[in-house]
Amino acid sequence: MRAGGAVEVTGDSARLGPGGKAALRERLQSFVGRAIGPAAISPDPVNEPMIRHWCEVLGDRNPVYTDKEAAARSVHGGIVAPPTMLQAWILPGVEMARPFAEQPQDLQKELHRILEEAGYPAVVATDCEQEYHRYLRPGDRLRATTVIEAISEEKATALGIGFFIDTQTTFRDERGEAVGTMRFRVLKFRPHEQPGSTSSAAPATKPRRLRVPMGHDNAWWWEGIRRGELLIQRCTRCGKLRHPPRPMCGECQSTEWDAVASGGAGTVYSYVVCHHPQFPGYEYPLVAALIELDEGTRIVSNLVGVEPGAVRIGMRVRLSIEAVDEEMWLPLFRPAPEE
Amino acid sequence: MNARKTVELVQVHVGDSLPELTIHLTATLIVGGALASRDFTPVHHDRAAAQAQGMPDVFMNILTTNGLVGRYVTDWAGPDAVLKKVRLRLGAPSFPGDKLKFTGSVIAKDEASGVVGLEVVGRNSWGTHVTAHVEVRLAIARRG
Repeated sequence: MRAGGAVEVTGDSARLGPGGKAALRERLQSFVGRAIGPAAISPDPVNEPMIRHWCEVLGDRNPVYTDKEAAARSVHGGIVAPPTMLQAWILPGVEMARPFAEQPQDLQKELHRILEEAGYPAVVATDCEQEYHRYLRPGDRLRATTVIEAISEEKATALGIGFFIDTQTTFRDERGEAVGTMRFRVLKFRPHEQPGSTSSAAPATKPRRLRVPMGHDNAWWWEGIRRGELLIQRCTRCGKLRHPPRPMCGECQSTEWDAVASGGAGTVYSYVVCHHPQFPGYEYPLVAALIELDEGTRIVSNLVGVEPGAVRIGMRVRLSIEAVDEEMWLPLFRPAPEE
Repeated sequence: MNARKTVELVQVHVGDSLPELTIHLTATLIVGGALASRDFTPVHHDRAAAQAQGMPDVFMNILTTNGLVGRYVTDWAGPDAVLKKVRLRLGAPSFPGDKLKFTGSVIAKDEASGVVGLEVVGRNSWGTHVTAHVEVRLAIARRG
């Protein structure tokens, strides 16, 4: 198999062959606990021009980074580097833009390559924790060793499906003393399809809610929503109501059905207030509620127009079919007016 | 404006809020931040590469986010503050044309070490870009 190169984003893990997922998991776990390679050595000592460049771009006017006299009067006693630059001193620079296969290989890249070949081409950093034992000064030369700490199971995320990879890097000075540590987490993933991303002039558009999977068994229900009706499926043999839409009655196994329109009144049966993780396109805190309709079936929806802290089980609510963006209408619920 | 004030430990209490800071996210900041941190990963400076990953445009790299969190804290705490720890979680990406608004509050204070714990949140129009927990040692008032 060729290292690196283009990988089909549509590839699914089925092509790993029988037992592919278990084999992949086992292969991934063999990386845990190992150093990715020899220490990375800072190409340049900590230096004032790079510090000044960083501070200029970030708009950081803390004088201890760039003003010799003010720095001398400070607790640091002289110019220091912004501690958050820690990793910048050891990154390889332009080399990072070269095709993956042409970059010097280490265990971390090997791990990423295995995941690319398994159909997870994209990568994004999600967490970073840095501890600073001391501030760096011009002239310090760093070396950094990185260990692969953990690899998660396959996870579904807002960006796509993939694996979280945790690494721990220790930065040492010329005397071998640890000056700082960094824990880093990346998600190596298969992205969701992004409609319209082919136009290079496309402006950054606001993300929208996840689209509803629609097919033969539920499209009629969503068409009802577009007409302003919350439909409930009804078995024409035994009369049992059911939701969400599905082809067969759970009561009598009949596949014959019709639908009735709900009156839109209901009660909060249960709810959660979602704070994290925050998916793009949703407003937080988000109240996700299980509503018991007066007809007797339950529906999962969002409760709007109410403070999350004021939601109560048993609260009376009223259907409100609302447009959440230019193409999506959802049956939401709002507190019922006093009865 | 380099005569900056340093916040002293005695002036700070759990529950205090930090002044807000709004950063205009220009392509210059996003690309410049990536390059100043020597992070040449193409998604941070090459729009086509970012779009191949399903993103609408180049997006801020984690070192720039980290640097802005550090700046936000020391803008408030002053030149005699010493950053001890920055732990951050990234959420919504930051793209050119957006704004990033930082807010923060004091959530812990250790009198013995002089270290305070801060929660810092950076939000853009997509949602929460970063949630950070920062530990910073504040200046102790110098006597005489």
